[in-house]
Amino acid sequence: MEKVILIDPEKCTGCRICEIVCSLTKEGVINPTRSRIQVVKVDPVSLSIPVVCQQCYDAPCIAVCPVGALSRHGTTGMVNHDRDLCIGCKSCAAVCPFGAIGIDTSAEKVFKCDLCGGEPTCVKFCETKALEFVEASTLSLRQKRKGISKYTELLQRDTGQSAA
Amino acid sequence: MLHRKIGYISLSSGQVKKASIPESVRRLYLGGRGLNMYLLFNHLEQGADPLGPGNVLLVGAGLLTAGPVPGGSRTDVAAKSPLTGLVGDTNMGGFFSPELRFAGFDHLVIKGVSEKPVYLWVRDGEIEMRDATHLWGKDTLETPEAIRAELGDEDIKVLCIGAAGENLVKFANVRTGAKNAGGRTGMGCVMGSKKLKAVAVRGTLDIGVKYPREALEYYWQMQRKILDSKTASLFSVEGSLMQYNPTNTTGILRVKNLGLNRMDDLSLTPDTFLEKYSLGSTACFGCGMHCRHKWQIKDGKYGGLRGEGPEYYTLMALGNVVYNTSWETVLAAQYLVDKIGLDLAEAGNIIGWAMDLYNRGIIDKSDTDDLDLDWENSSEVLLVLLEKIANREGFGAVLADGIRMAAERIGRGSDYYALHVKGLGMVGTDDRAVPSLALGVATSTRGADHLRSRPATDLFGLPEEFTEKLYGFPVSSDYNAYQTKAKLIHYMELLYELVDSLGVCKYQTIFISPTFPQFEEYSKLIYYLTGLGLSVDELKTIAERCYTLERLFNYREKGITRNDDYLPDRYYTEPTPSGVSKTRGKFLDRAKFDEMLDEYYALHGWDSNGVPKPETLVELRLDKEPSHMI
Repeated sequence: MEKVILIDPEKCTGCRICEIVCSLTKEGVINPTRSRIQVVKVDPVSLSIPVVCQQCYDAPCIAVCPVGALSRHGTTGMVNHDRDLCIGCKSCAAVCPFGAIGIDTSAEKVFKCDLCGGEPTCVKFCETKALEFVEASTLSLRQKRKGISKYTELLQRDTGQSAA
Repeated sequence: MLHRKIGYISLSSGQVKKASIPESVRRLYLGGRGLNMYLLFNHLEQGADPLGPGNVLLVGAGLLTAGPVPGGSRTDVAAKSPLTGLVGDTNMGGFFSPELRFAGFDHLVIKGVSEKPVYLWVRDGEIEMRDATHLWGKDTLETPEAIRAELGDEDIKVLCIGAAGENLVKFANVRTGAKNAGGRTGMGCVMGSKKLKAVAVRGTLDIGVKYPREALEYYWQMQRKILDSKTASLFSVEGSLMQYNPTNTTGILRVKNLGLNRMDDLSLTPDTFLEKYSLGSTACFGCGMHCRHKWQIKDGKYGGLRGEGPEYYTLMALGNVVYNTSWETVLAAQYLVDKIGLDLAEAGNIIGWAMDLYNRGIIDKSDTDDLDLDWENSSEVLLVLLEKIANREGFGAVLADGIRMAAERIGRGSDYYALHVKGLGMVGTDDRAVPSLALGVATSTRGADHLRSRPATDLFGLPEEFTEKLYGFPVSSDYNAYQTKAKLIHYMELLYELVDSLGVCKYQTIFISPTFPQFEEYSKLIYYLTGLGLSVDELKTIAERCYTLERLFNYREKGITRNDDYLPDRYYTEPTPSGVSKTRGKFLDRAKFDEMLDEYYALHGWDSNGVPKPETLVELRLDKEPSHMI
């Protein structure tokens, strides 16, 4: 079954708990620069957007990797990174359109989200559900429901059913 | 978590030194406020001028800051206060301290005075002093942007001062980000006197955790305990504004300086804010409660203004104390004090006092630069007065040195109405009906201040069987009572000392809900994160050591004793005019207050004059201070 981390920036409060728990789970230390997920902030307007690997179907990182260290997992759809094969050339980090690939300067390797083997710690600790781990096949309908909520609001306003 | 360093910086010579913090020192003072107090007591020479090169500015991260800790974001800034001459200490949330730790440091000890404006650039184990001539004059929102652009890194976190700090207003604050401020005791004024415009930090270093798996599991349990509560779900929406309506309805809000104890105009309800101005909430580092509001004023005089806040305290200081009933003026005034870097609590208190004097005919337009300070006019004059204070202009210059000095300068009996303790302006609540709150404010080591001890749960009327479990001793459920309340204040002082030393937010402790964490939980977290095994009793001893050291500092610098531990006279003579039956017609009974003081001193091991006893100092290992261990 294919599942993805669905990000809703509108729900993100910018607390960065995902960065703390990710680096602690993956590296045993606290260090946002070693977290697989990072919250990008635009300070003056208090906007926070979590960024993590989107497990792209046509993944530029897989295409660019010269040694085949990145590959797609057949059943989960996850883009897998093989540390043993990785030569640390950083090509994948350069082409990733999200900046979702990090560089471990001490190990001389890159790193990326591996969905914690199917139970992402960041999702578990995200209090506002800005991060959700959902089945890829149901994602579309979820987003449709979210999208049409604007219409139902409008409808309520026009028919005067809203409390406001 | 124990491997961060102390950076010693001399602004006079430009010299920088780095040193590690021995575990033995951690076991005595932890970090944050506790360790800052040790550094203050040790590095400041007795009698040093708060605005001279001898004052020592301390910036400290808590022992658990940045960790998997509920609300572990706090920064503690300390020095000798230019406002009071006593312990200067302020504590704020945001993102500064976690970044300081990622950059390799826990504490900065900043001494001397620079000739020209400078800022410090702290980056992965290095500290550099940089020219800030071009930043001098910029406000607290422009300054971080300019530094980020100059250093080419948008993720730099900045602590800085605005016009008030540059102009040496005695209650200038320090600011970080769009929201957070360290307001009390004038730490921004100390920065201004040192010509230190800002401290910029950025780090990429690992923070080690002793038992990562256990720490994460326990963090999860604490998060559930806090965030699954009804209190947290309300707090996530309303933030600290949640406390406004209950306080007002009960009649413990300070209105028109001390004229009323309940707002007769109900324009300032949190509901109005949420409906008309809120853009939702954001969080400080590592906080699941996210109580910070984002807001915007759409149209009108302040149309287009956008900011973060307000807190319950904003509403008190810039609302009821000065009798301003306009939400938009509250927000615009908050935005202004943030930009110019004034402590809003002190500013509200001193403006409320000036208006009180004006309405009583003690001062008139010849004193106020022709401004009409009638209570009905507060929405018109509030922003003008704030600007005047920050720029030390006209009447603002009289107020800029703080309420005690302003009262001396104005004379004419104005000091009777000047509400402060030890020189620090009065809190925004009216505590005449609640002895526990009154005792905490009167005895606090930084002057009139609720955040050293406020036992908000005392207002909940909790049954004694419950409080016995909560504190280990029964506390009377009657908030009018004097008995058992000294014990409660002592307990809360120790808890908040611990919390400030760990770098944890008080809103995630029993401050707002009796089911939230306290000593026991922190003892476990400290162990999982640092490996330091410290029992609840040991933590209480550490907190007592830190608190008594603060008292000792005040005694050393200014001879603070029992005489200084009272609220202003009006609190013992003038009855509250409104409120519910438990808060109407109330004032403090001096004899019973004295009994509370006796018990309170005994609990701390201080003599009946409020001076720490020699044997207490020995027990707490304070008898050889200053010991210069670090």
